[in-house]
Amino acid sequence: MEKVFKKPHALSDVSFHYCPGCPHGIVHRLVAEVIDELGIEGDTIGVAPVGCSVFAYNYFECDMQEAAHGRAPAVATGIKRALPDKVVFTYQGDGDLAAIGTAETVHVAARGENVTTIFINNAIYGMTGGQMAPTTLAGQVTQTSPYGRDPKTQGNPIRVSEMLATLDGPAYIERVTVDTVPNIKKAKAAIKKAFRLQMEGKGFTLVEVVSTCPTNWGMSPQESFKWMRENMLPHYPLGVYKDITAKEEA
Amino acid sequence: MGDKVLMKGNEALAEAAIRAGCRHFFGYPITPQTEVSAYMAKKMPKIGGTFLQAESEVSAINMVYGAGGAGVRVMTSSSSPGISLKQEGISYIAGADVPCVIVNIVRGGPGLGGIQPAQSDYFQATKGGGHGDYHLVVLAPSSIQEMVDLTSDAFDIGDKYRCPVMIMGDGMLGQMMEPVEFKDTDASSLPEKEWATSGTGMKRKKNVINSLFIEASELEDLVLERQKRYDEICKNEVRYEAVDVEDADIVLVAYGTTSRIAKTAMAKAKEKGYKVGIIRPITLWPFPFEAFEKALSKNTDKTFLAVEMSMGQMVEDVRLAVNGRANVEFFGRTGGIVPTPKEILAKIEEIGGAK
Amino acid sequence: MTYETIFAGFGGQGILFSGKVVAYAGMLEGLNVSHLPSYGPEMRGGTANCSVIVSDEPVASPLITEPTALVVMNGPSLDKFEKAVVPGGKIFIDSTLISRKCERDDVDVYTIPATQMALDMGIAKLANMIIVGKLIKETNMFTWEQLEGAITKLVPASKAAMLESNIKALRAGYEY
Repeated sequence: MEKVFKKPHALSDVSFHYCPGCPHGIVHRLVAEVIDELGIEGDTIGVAPVGCSVFAYNYFECDMQEAAHGRAPAVATGIKRALPDKVVFTYQGDGDLAAIGTAETVHVAARGENVTTIFINNAIYGMTGGQMAPTTLAGQVTQTSPYGRDPKTQGNPIRVSEMLATLDGPAYIERVTVDTVPNIKKAKAAIKKAFRLQMEGKGFTLVEVVSTCPTNWGMSPQESFKWMRENMLPHYPLGVYKDITAKEEA
Repeated sequence: MGDKVLMKGNEALAEAAIRAGCRHFFGYPITPQTEVSAYMAKKMPKIGGTFLQAESEVSAINMVYGAGGAGVRVMTSSSSPGISLKQEGISYIAGADVPCVIVNIVRGGPGLGGIQPAQSDYFQATKGGGHGDYHLVVLAPSSIQEMVDLTSDAFDIGDKYRCPVMIMGDGMLGQMMEPVEFKDTDASSLPEKEWATSGTGMKRKKNVINSLFIEASELEDLVLERQKRYDEICKNEVRYEAVDVEDADIVLVAYGTTSRIAKTAMAKAKEKGYKVGIIRPITLWPFPFEAFEKALSKNTDKTFLAVEMSMGQMVEDVRLAVNGRANVEFFGRTGGIVPTPKEILAKIEEIGGAK
Repeated sequence: MTYETIFAGFGGQGILFSGKVVAYAGMLEGLNVSHLPSYGPEMRGGTANCSVIVSDEPVASPLITEPTALVVMNGPSLDKFEKAVVPGGKIFIDSTLISRKCERDDVDVYTIPATQMALDMGIAKLANMIIVGKLIKETNMFTWEQLEGAITKLVPASKAAMLESNIKALRAGYEY
């Protein structure tokens, strides 16, 4: 019988620990497909964060390092400086990347470090059970903003892609989502472009994936995507925020 | 073998690291060790190495983790407050069995403290610092030449046992100049780094550098396996100097800069007729317990006098080594004050009685 | 024999370099040497000092508390270190910059208008080398040839004019 759909080689043959309906699985698969298609599995080193995707080192077949919370960009920098010809990526959530690791994030981007970051923004701390994240929307209810996030006392959500796009270091920053087939295709194209630009030595690349957390949002997967479209995308608009190759291609 | 050159401690250390094959350095400026970074910044680009000034000590130590995990010889350097910031990373590095060298040119503390020489990071270096069941191998040179020699050893020990190694100096050692000779080093007998995340090349199973083990039994097994390596280190890597300890009535115990001052005091005390010896730990962890056995081999009717630039952080180890068999005393200055030979001599006279 | 010299003055007078020349000369002669500078904010335009030990025995403490010789190039340094010099020791004073007399009568005091001499010779920045010349002469730490050999190795060959000025300054002090 002909096999028409199979697991990418770069994706390990183990079961994910993710909750049902969690988009992490989709994004993992996209990263693995890109690694396969670019033929770089043997030359890639990934860095896993602390957060829901803490076990990402179990899910990719390339060499992996597990970083301390927020430090993945620094770890990736160390790897890349040691092995400049290899492909290095981090996979990080919003708490990891935009709260505890803000300094590392800003500086890896400012240096134009030639690594790729896959950033999952679902506006909540998932692994610890649904606390307020740096990207939690104003008014959004979480375990630690039980009356809704009040910007007066709890601050405002950070738009990471927009913020990093102001820096000179990044080569490419795009915000995507994975709620529909067309959007999944766009997300994959963005991830592939980010890796490709790294391979061309263009500098720092980041793909922000606006995502969901059905479990901690307390919604079904379909409701989560609906809520995301209605609430998150207006605050975190999809699109390309930086692309130094845009001119070249135009 | 080369000629002797007159070099500042911090610069000699950096040069020694380069000669030991270190091509990656991640640091952040802090007095009194900044010359290490400055030297690396000057040299590394010319030899195809990496010097990177990180955005923080926290970031620098995690860059070390990444590069060390990728299989290269890597070093970072800082001074006390910066070393506190690195503790998280050091714990992860120990937990993931990544070899690296961490330099602490100690200054007075706690807090911002001061910038003058101190030894008040002894507890932090030898008793943990970061969280978890781990040790740092801690090397404490007392001269620039020894700093150079131990830097080479530090990389070898790290690679051999897959562990982080600390070189602990103080502001005085970092800043002073002495003649040094750089010896040829040979790391060819060390094992290949088959565990490194340098890309599978599609030829082997993936490597993972990691300190997270959710299954308690798995974590325990790994900690026990690491303990075996620590036991080997305790067996093979203890370094110390012991002078005239068997016949001494008073045995000074001092390391680093303080040991040199203690030696001056010892010479003066001998002139006055006191029977004084000295134990100089070169490895602070593993602590040189056997030196104390040597000192106690003939008789136990003696006093061990720990001399430190701290409030007596090493005294606990001296007491453990002596284990109640002899008297233990302490003399120290702290906050960046360096004890004088005269002060130490006065303490010797107080213990030894009038001659 | 052990020579323990403290060099002290303002930052910018070449105090640390003075000590380096002496330590370097000792090293070239196969002696044990150490050079310990003061460091930190006090170096920023404030006072600078260094402890230099030259000995035929291993240097124990690099920190000098009882110098056998003291070289001072400003008043505060004389105030600070005068009392520390061992009886029978030597104190070298730049009399252009220090007007007061040394209060010790149990040490040998050498006053030399090094800064004025350097100005007169058109090598204003080398007062430090003039005083080093005097120090070496009076302590007999090294011969003239040894001193000249040290400065020749220490100043890069590419800076021949600078080397010449340094030798001139050392010589002026040595012969003062």
